Amino acid sequence: MAYFVLRHRDIPDIKNIETYRKNGGFESLKKVIGSMQAQQVVDEVKASGLRGRGGAGFPTGVKWSFLPNNIWPHYVVCNADESEPGTFKDREIMESNPFQFLEGVAIACYAVGAVEGYIYLRGEFQHIQIFLDQCILEMEKAGLLGDNLFGTKTSLRLKTYLGAGAYICGEETALLESIEGKRGQPRVRPPFPAVVGLYGKPTVINNVETLTNLPMIIEKGAAWYKGLGTEKSAGVKIFSLSGNINNPGNYELPLGTTFRELIFTYGGGIPDGRKLRALMPAGASSSIIRVDESSFDKVMDTKMDYENVQSVGSLLGSASVIVVDDSHSMNWIINKTIRFFEHESCGKCTPCRDGTYWMAHIIERIHAGQSTSADLQLLKSVANQVNGKCLCALGDFSTMAVTTALERFPEDFELPVQIAN
Amino acid sequence: MSLAEKYTEEIKAIFVKFPVKRSAVMPLLYLAQREDGYITKESMAEIADMLDLDVTEVASIVGFYTLFHDEKAGKYRMQVCNDLPCALRGADKFLEALCQNLGIKVGETTADGLVTVEAVMCLAACDRAPMFQLQTGDQLTYHEHMTVDRSLELIEALKAGGKEIS
Repeated sequence: MAYFVLRHRDIPDIKNIETYRKNGGFESLKKVIGSMQAQQVVDEVKASGLRGRGGAGFPTGVKWSFLPNNIWPHYVVCNADESEPGTFKDREIMESNPFQFLEGVAIACYAVGAVEGYIYLRGEFQHIQIFLDQCILEMEKAGLLGDNLFGTKTSLRLKTYLGAGAYICGEETALLESIEGKRGQPRVRPPFPAVVGLYGKPTVINNVETLTNLPMIIEKGAAWYKGLGTEKSAGVKIFSLSGNINNPGNYELPLGTTFRELIFTYGGGIPDGRKLRALMPAGASSSIIRVDESSFDKVMDTKMDYENVQSVGSLLGSASVIVVDDSHSMNWIINKTIRFFEHESCGKCTPCRDGTYWMAHIIERIHAGQSTSADLQLLKSVANQVNGKCLCALGDFSTMAVTTALERFPEDFELPVQIAN
Repeated sequence: MSLAEKYTEEIKAIFVKFPVKRSAVMPLLYLAQREDGYITKESMAEIADMLDLDVTEVASIVGFYTLFHDEKAGKYRMQVCNDLPCALRGADKFLEALCQNLGIKVGETTADGLVTVEAVMCLAACDRAPMFQLQTGDQLTYHEHMTVDRSLELIEALKAGGKEIS
């Protein structure tokens, strides 16, 4: 099957602007600016069934239609803050297929009437910022960005902005704060960014992978795109596969591909003759799926799309599948995840700031084999008090692995806790 | 020398890029970190003046983001990811062995002041663990599929002032 997003795997030189053009590059941008009304672009993307690839899975065209038509300017902000443990797909797209991505950003700008698009990169992607800045310059020289594009009055400009190390900046309102030169802390909503976003103006925020899908949706049409994937989860998705797996990496597959295909056909199975014990399909923010003899086939035959992953007690999220073999204990796993969230909590709201701190300390005691049965009750209680009570999703995310590890792997928390990694 | 004197042209370019002055704060902080690998109180005060901010506000931004530093460390910060996906691929053992070979603990600097080894959170390179990023001044490079031997070779090359291996 041909690649649609990771096209560099078919055409290695596609990061060269000429190669990209020879392979149909920028035809979609030309088509939308030259022959389509903005509303037609929004309608086409709505009809394609494209949903946000950053994790939330919200329909992209619907998101665009929330921007009011009486407040200007509008902004498009691309979320390239990719920081979820287990996720490394946006990085590959931007490093290897940059022009399809940038064309997507430009199409989104046109669709919502924005003249300026911002690309917010995590600070660690400095090399990508330097590269994208060059690519943007090449597009400007080629008349693909700037003023009077394709003989029309349309103007489009793209800029990059480099963060400086903060997971929370992947949260869209924290990201906007960061571009505005503040600490990356989420805003209270409402108002939503669609109305009061970047610099107080209506703003749409889309993920890198989402935007990179746009040129082919315009080129091949919504019906074609909807034909890929499943009825409710259209299109292709990049699955980042990591952990205890023979062939870690990114896999572009139709939504609805099963865990079995991803892990055993493409991923090459579990190394060292070990058994699969757990799956975290949405990175560190996952509810942990237990895989044992009784659940193996059910889990393996589950389709990875926005609906079906729920049937095995988790979510697809950004499709960063972390594979855990049977040499690892869940008290070690959640010791890792909670340390991450404690470190990344922005400190703005109390349940998250204090909750992650206390969970981290209790789990450390458990993991060190120094806990009492009261600690387990306390841990559950803290997790419950964080969940659903925070300004943004980070607080909830921090409890997912903790709660499901306790529920689904009770043997890993029986006293005395076995110290293992 | 003040930042304004040292980086006159670059600062001008930063201010042109954004419609709101305050958006310049992070690019300016990167500039301030370029030479010494950390941001001095004087630099924070100068940036605060440029942006009409309180210096406390600038300091809070330095404190919030992990790639900004307000204290001197080794010339190179070797930041090893030992978050869950990397740890499943041996990052903890790698970090421990690396430190042992260098005779330091995580967070410490080699006696010659060249390298500080730190443990950091996910760097979006989970399929290429063990890995680390090397931060020096305002520059960052990724080093993936690493072994302790290759890391020590890299450090030797840095010591000799040679070109970095990747």
